[in-house]
Amino acid sequence: MAGAAVLGRLKPLTWQLCDVAEVVEETPQAKTLVLDAPDWPGHLAGQHVDIRLTAEDGYQAQRSYSIASAPDEGRLALTVERLPDGEVSPYLTDVLVVGDKLELRGPIGGYFVWNAGQGEPVLLLGGGSGVVPLMAMIRHRRAAGGDAPMRLLYSAKRADDLIYREELEELAARGDGFEAFFTLTREQPEGWHGFGRRVDRELIAEVGWPAADDPVAYVCGPTGFVETVASELVESGLPPHRIKTERFGPTGG
Amino acid sequence: MTELKLDGNAAAGDLEQLFAFEVTTAVGTCANCGAVGAVGDTIVYAHAPGIVVRCPACQSVLLRVAHDGDSRYWLEMTGVRSLEIRV
Repeated sequence: MAGAAVLGRLKPLTWQLCDVAEVVEETPQAKTLVLDAPDWPGHLAGQHVDIRLTAEDGYQAQRSYSIASAPDEGRLALTVERLPDGEVSPYLTDVLVVGDKLELRGPIGGYFVWNAGQGEPVLLLGGGSGVVPLMAMIRHRRAAGGDAPMRLLYSAKRADDLIYREELEELAARGDGFEAFFTLTREQPEGWHGFGRRVDRELIAEVGWPAADDPVAYVCGPTGFVETVASELVESGLPPHRIKTERFGPTGG
Repeated sequence: MTELKLDGNAAAGDLEQLFAFEVTTAVGTCANCGAVGAVGDTIVYAHAPGIVVRCPACQSVLLRVAHDGDSRYWLEMTGVRSLEIRV
């Protein structure tokens, strides 16, 4: 089983070169890079990779990016959001083209992962590009035919910033136990049917599961988002050990 | 500075370059306050010349990793009383 192989790895991670097979524009600020990594050992939903860029003078910069593809898909896809002052992300989103080489190591992390075999209700809370590892979980649920009830609450500034919106709406429309809720914190387009405020306790109560259902929550986003949402979850009665968090910041750019 | 604060998942790549196990699910005990928790749940500051991993309960330094960019790493972990590893 791929998952066991990943968790039971008995040698240190090593860097490997892969080819950029496809570049997909998701939003004006985010692109998905589909990579051809010949030595890829497989991954779990929620894991990430490190990307390393090396300049001609030998200067290196290294960042972590979440895997967007499901373990079941047989491909490795990362979604990268361009940070205006970023050192790495503008290269990945603006310069990199199909056929280029990219150096990466992974998969990394066994803490912020979800397996379709877990049966309890799942609440996914994503802020901005924090939706990326959650998308791997959502795609994994669908690909593996998982029946755990799953809800996503996805917060972004504007409608234009919503990554995977069409796919999420399609998956939610299937009525197979996955539901998607969107909230736009800065600007809501005319006719917007989603929420229009930051994630708070009332919003969590509205879309989340009762604590009695013993749900598990995955929170990913900028540090401020993660800390606020995690403490609101605890206040709403979810035990801390049922809340998994992953933060990113400017060093993720 | 709160936006510079990451978590143990951000340190995993460098730590797994050194250790032969999945490090974010390893369970550490803080030498200062005795708090027990997964490495993935720690607080990480990665913008310094090295990576600094802190206890989410008492904020004390658990471990530090520095890398010369080539083949040498320095690992200091006096802040970790023990580490429980499952392989």
